[in-house]
Amino acid sequence: MITINSVSKKFGPRMALDSVSLAVTPGKIFGLVGPDGAGKTTVIRILTGVVRADAGRVHVLGSEDIETIKSDIGYVPQKFSLYGDLTVFENIRVIGALYGQSDAQIKARAEEILSFTKLLLFKDRLADHLSGGMKQKLALAAGLMHRPRLFFLDEPTTGVDPVSRREFWQMLYRLNKEGTTIVVSTPYMDEAELCTEVAFMHNGRVTACGSPAELKHAYPHKVLELYTPVKRVKPYIEDLALDINAFGSKFHLVVDSCDEKIPLIKQRLQTAGIEVISLHEIAPTLEDVFVALAGG
Amino acid sequence: MIAVETHDLTCKFGDFTAVNAVNLRIEKGSIYGFLGPNGSGKSTTIRMLCGILEPTGGSGSILGLDIKHDAEEIKKHIGYMSQKFSLYDDLTVKENLDFYAGMYSLSRQQSKVRIDEMLAMSGLEDRRGELAANLSGGWKQRLALGCSILHDPPILFLDEPTGGVDPKSRRMFWDIIYNLAAKGTTIMVTTHFMDEAEHCDAIGFIFEGSLIADDHPANLKQSIPGIVLEIPHAQPISLLEELAKSNTPVLDSYPFGTSVHVLVTQQNQHYFNAYPHQIITPSLEDVFVHYVKTQRKELRP
Repeated sequence: MITINSVSKKFGPRMALDSVSLAVTPGKIFGLVGPDGAGKTTVIRILTGVVRADAGRVHVLGSEDIETIKSDIGYVPQKFSLYGDLTVFENIRVIGALYGQSDAQIKARAEEILSFTKLLLFKDRLADHLSGGMKQKLALAAGLMHRPRLFFLDEPTTGVDPVSRREFWQMLYRLNKEGTTIVVSTPYMDEAELCTEVAFMHNGRVTACGSPAELKHAYPHKVLELYTPVKRVKPYIEDLALDINAFGSKFHLVVDSCDEKIPLIKQRLQTAGIEVISLHEIAPTLEDVFVALAGG
Repeated sequence: MIAVETHDLTCKFGDFTAVNAVNLRIEKGSIYGFLGPNGSGKSTTIRMLCGILEPTGGSGSILGLDIKHDAEEIKKHIGYMSQKFSLYDDLTVKENLDFYAGMYSLSRQQSKVRIDEMLAMSGLEDRRGELAANLSGGWKQRLALGCSILHDPPILFLDEPTGGVDPKSRRMFWDIIYNLAAKGTTIMVTTHFMDEAEHCDAIGFIFEGSLIADDHPANLKQSIPGIVLEIPHAQPISLLEELAKSNTPVLDSYPFGTSVHVLVTQQNQHYFNAYPHQIITPSLEDVFVHYVKTQRKELRP
């Protein structure tokens, strides 16, 4: 559905993308995951034909010329780009008209997508008066007006409340089940878990790609969870762990071997008079995987 | 000891209530996570606590100082790091720190000691001569933190400090925050990263101006009425439809990768005997979704 081979893009002296290769097969919910400036938006803009790559090859829906397949793709950019002084329905009508749909077609499709996005009740509200979550749903609805087969969403859930975020993802799953391939970018590591395939991006490169299960399987270390009432444990066990992260009254310790390190850590803390309420192995999160793969 | 306390703290902008009767109690030396979506009132609350914005109702105190009457005095005792790091791009790392030391009126001797400490804390000792403009996100963030705590404030406000920073830098940042708290600094941090809230000792969740949850993360997780089950399924939407069709009693359900998560009361767990499943610890997102939905029901009966 999408292949990118060694694509690079410079903005002035800055390398936004550095020889990126990716493949997205049909039926995926493909996540581009990484911090600001990693290159997520640039990938999406190249795939939607908004900017051109400096080098490398891009195929989208079998074509190298993205102009020719634009009617088959949908794109929801990061910034809300609809008209604040038009109502929900008027915005949808503008988009439908831009795609050359007739009034009857627009009406039928608007009904369908506004009920799908649960915006039907709000169809006469000005877009400016919608909450952040509802604005994102309206942008999603607008992007679906022409029934795209391939749908790109750039950070659709940033800063949105948790309920809207969940509803939004539920809509993506439903679209996906109906046959739409989805490419979505996010800075939230926990959202990576929701994708069927994930590409981690960092400094213009793809550092890892695979299903969440595959990525966790490839994680080279083990994670231990230490529960202790004491806040300062790091100085005592620093040399026994590759990394130590605090989570309230719990610590996550990255180690190479559980059998070897658990007794050593317990012993060290007990000698220091620090109570260990529990210490056991837990599954790594995708954030653990990202940190391990991003390197220094 | 309580470092921050408010009673029915309120701020109205015209007809719009940005912050609605918020009651906070933050213990000294703790990390308080202040969560909520964009526009929910997080920054407005922090601005009132810092003495930048006068409340239209209620009261509050910081280290025993009244936020209305002692606003100027409060400013000497707090550190504030905003979402947009306010560093001077055309000054070097060291010059930025010098500038802030001057702003806080530190003596020459104090400045020297604190600037060295801040350079060590942020790992910027070898980069002191570089222009701030040339630092990447994570380094800028640590420099901004250094600038905002040069005067060694007992209370530190961080407004979305980790937005857009890579996970590794985010972890380094939290490490520093954690050390500051261990030494007795009280920290109030806003974020919309749900997973980041797990780092905090206590969490307040603000939604449409009201504080709808306020407790330790573990207590919050216990407060939701039921257990969360993870049911693996290749097509989570199909399973959700199946559950809806058979009227299986669930409090909430949603797709999660190649599985479905359901919130269900303990008594109704047996409905899921037919599916392979395991009980999982609810995420803080599960908690907040529950609270937001309850709140919405109250608002729109």
